Amino acid sequence: MQIELTVNDKVVQWEVGNHEFLADTLRSHGYLSVKKACDTSCCGLCTVWIDGKSMLSCSILSLRAHGKKVTTIEGLPKEAEEFAQILSAEGAEQCGFCSPGFIMSVLAMKNELVNPTEEEIIHYLTGNLCRCTGYMGQLRAIKTYLGVA
Amino acid sequence: MFTMLNLVQPKELEEAYQILSEKRNNTILGGCAFLKMGKKRITTGIDLSNLKLNYIQERDGFIEIGAMTSLRDIEINPLLKDNYNGVLAQSVRDIIGVQFRNGVTVGASVYSKYGFSDLITALLSLDTEVELFKAGRMPLEEFLAQPKGKDILVRLWIRKTSCQAVYMSFRNSASDYSVLNVAVSKLNDQWRIAVGARPSKAALAVSASEMLVGEIPSSERIEAAVQKVTEELSFGTNTRGTSVYRKALCKALVRRGILEVMACKSN
Repeated sequence: MQIELTVNDKVVQWEVGNHEFLADTLRSHGYLSVKKACDTSCCGLCTVWIDGKSMLSCSILSLRAHGKKVTTIEGLPKEAEEFAQILSAEGAEQCGFCSPGFIMSVLAMKNELVNPTEEEIIHYLTGNLCRCTGYMGQLRAIKTYLGVA
Repeated sequence: MFTMLNLVQPKELEEAYQILSEKRNNTILGGCAFLKMGKKRITTGIDLSNLKLNYIQERDGFIEIGAMTSLRDIEINPLLKDNYNGVLAQSVRDIIGVQFRNGVTVGASVYSKYGFSDLITALLSLDTEVELFKAGRMPLEEFLAQPKGKDILVRLWIRKTSCQAVYMSFRNSASDYSVLNVAVSKLNDQWRIAVGARPSKAALAVSASEMLVGEIPSSERIEAAVQKVTEELSFGTNTRGTSVYRKALCKALVRRGILEVMACKSN
């Protein structure tokens, strides 16, 4: 079936399968920042925004994106670079495989929470797994980025 | 991976129910996060997204929650934070992550009667009714006791009371399924103790709850009720814990739950 959606401010019409998930659709159209790693909806690597809300694109049927505004990290180059600079300065970036989904969650958190505590930051990001770091560098970077260090 | 031959988005509940009834393998879709881990072969998947069932509102002395409301909405909705001591928000906050909870729905969590459900346990501690399209309104306990049929969960109705409730769970690691979860509530001198992830679906410990009725329970009465919970409910073994371990956890969590409810200010 055909869906029409806005991806990073660009209106697109795509043909999708009945049981096709948005992560696969996005990747097939070149949005390769969207990663899949767990198969159990728990790693957060596929995080994109749908109408401004962070969602697991691996678990959302593509049909449900019809008429919606989807944002991937490719659509937020300025914000992503700003945070990525802080992230690497804290030594928190290693293999980088989880970074696109992680950064989408951090940016969503910035939009949603005002001056979050450390506990609130950790709670908001529980759904983003990283298998390289111990999360401490990332936490320092987030606090610096949000101005709550 | 599950498969779907057809996918429809009905505009009316009647139409959704008709399609659901047509073939054995026609299935209502919730958030699909759990469904996608299975291998179900669905003839027609029925997506309820266009039925305006994503809302939480107050009506006729109840808080009404539409079936397509996300668990994240349960977590951050001001009405649910301000009522029942925020027990519903508390019950869903540790389910994986924000982006997961933004996608999964109340209807699928309750209708599927998942044993691991955190939400059902908390709902059981409140005066909750489910509204099914065909079978109508009934108490959540009654719905949970029925064999699985073909119907559509439309909304939940939770009686608005000044009850105080707490939710507690034990997880082997953050965001994992609960090894065991407990919700305890008190309205005037009536108590409700619900225990879930045993690992079978949540149930009320009716006799234990009755043991707490009346004056402020003494520590002896609390201990007797805690013991009763583990006697009247069944506990099983799975990869997350043994029945013996779950019983021990149950005692600790129920005891803490009762004491915390007693400490709530409006009591």
